Amino acid sequence: MMDAFVNRFKETPTFWADEISMLDGFGSYDAVKEFSQPVFEIPAVQNPVKFLKDCTDENSDSECRIKIEHGTTTLAFKFQGGIIVAVDSRASAGSYIASQTVKKVIEINPYLLGTMAGGAADCQYWQRQLGRHCRLYELRNKERISVAAASKLLANMVYPYKRMGISMGTMVTGWDKTGPNLFYVDSDGSRYKNDVFSVGSGSTFAYGVLDSGLDYELSTNDAIELGRRSIYQATYRDAASGGSVRIYHVKEQGWEFIGLYDVGKLHWEYCGL
Amino acid sequence: MEFLIGITGKDFVLTAADTSAARSITVMKSNEDKSCDLNKHNIMLYSGESGDTVNFAEYIQRNVRLYGIRNGIELTPKAAATFTRKELATSLRSRHPYSVFLLIAGYDITTSKPHLYWIDYLGSSAEVPFAAHGYGAYYCLSILDRYHHPNLTLDEAKDLIKKCINELKSRFIVNLFDFKIKVTDQDGIREITI
Repeated sequence: MMDAFVNRFKETPTFWADEISMLDGFGSYDAVKEFSQPVFEIPAVQNPVKFLKDCTDENSDSECRIKIEHGTTTLAFKFQGGIIVAVDSRASAGSYIASQTVKKVIEINPYLLGTMAGGAADCQYWQRQLGRHCRLYELRNKERISVAAASKLLANMVYPYKRMGISMGTMVTGWDKTGPNLFYVDSDGSRYKNDVFSVGSGSTFAYGVLDSGLDYELSTNDAIELGRRSIYQATYRDAASGGSVRIYHVKEQGWEFIGLYDVGKLHWEYCGL
Repeated sequence: MEFLIGITGKDFVLTAADTSAARSITVMKSNEDKSCDLNKHNIMLYSGESGDTVNFAEYIQRNVRLYGIRNGIELTPKAAATFTRKELATSLRSRHPYSVFLLIAGYDITTSKPHLYWIDYLGSSAEVPFAAHGYGAYYCLSILDRYHHPNLTLDEAKDLIKKCINELKSRFIVNLFDFKIKVTDQDGIREITI
């Protein structure tokens, strides 16, 4: 019950953000004072209880954890020139668009890219950890880590947290000594290797366009266009995807950022065709 | 929606697994190998909860290999199956039980006999002449009951698997279009086409 959940904290006093005076931030930090009265943040809205009720579902989750939204479309595919990675940039919270400029490609290091689908914090945090481990590998072994090993590291890192609420559906890609490689890793613990993946709520729409136009012999420009068009078509049909299309090209020397294309502008460009 | 099948013959075990890896309604990969070579003459096919399957399979594979390295002889199919079963039984009452369905097929080089074990996530294990996991089992087990006999040759076994796969293709609502078929005999494990 939401009420039961709230009652747990009823005894402790809560502070409105604007009641704490500016001066409290300055001067010395007194840990005894800080922790003597437990405080937690409340959303700065008129009715925080109602706001949280909208974001949680007491029936399905007795802990009343905040539901994380997974609206996104990301894709990546192999072709003769390497790998193209294309993602959208919308973050939605229910029917509210929280942001149109989210960076859903995480640059793990100059030759490894990761994509983000699911919980943004989960993806960013775990892929930064992956970046750390990859660097340690490089220092210990005096050679770059392979994409297979990097993706295995990530899968092994999140597996112990399976069923604890991590939401992460990511593609790890790069060019190592065996050539271009693409792996899909998710928070359920699965890890797959393939030549084409699309992840997110709009993935089914992206797959449609991607699979129909896919050809290993595509030129680099055509491949970029295919990636761009697939994400655009997915944003057209999927309410939870949109914003802009961000494209990267993974080559032997490392990844290259191709560009950021506003979906609104793309719509008018493609309209006539 | 995954399907695993194993058939023992005169001196071999024929195993097949479907090759699609799906997340809810999307097929992420259509050439997935759902088997793991435990050692030269033992193979394990796995299905079930994603993540659990690969992790558990690799764990068993490495332990079986370690036994071989430490003791200089490879683990027999019966021992491998017993070890696996015990691991699953221990995990059953732990915080996060492994949710996997397995078939362990092997050729015992000490007795020159093929063996097949059906193991499920509750830690139950049974030695059987033929077995299947998944919804496909509902269609295939009766075919195997009807046509299987202990002295099956490799060609007869291939025909039998073909019968099973054709039945799935015509009657099972999920389209399992491709299978990875392997034979385990005294020469080891090899992939074949039917």
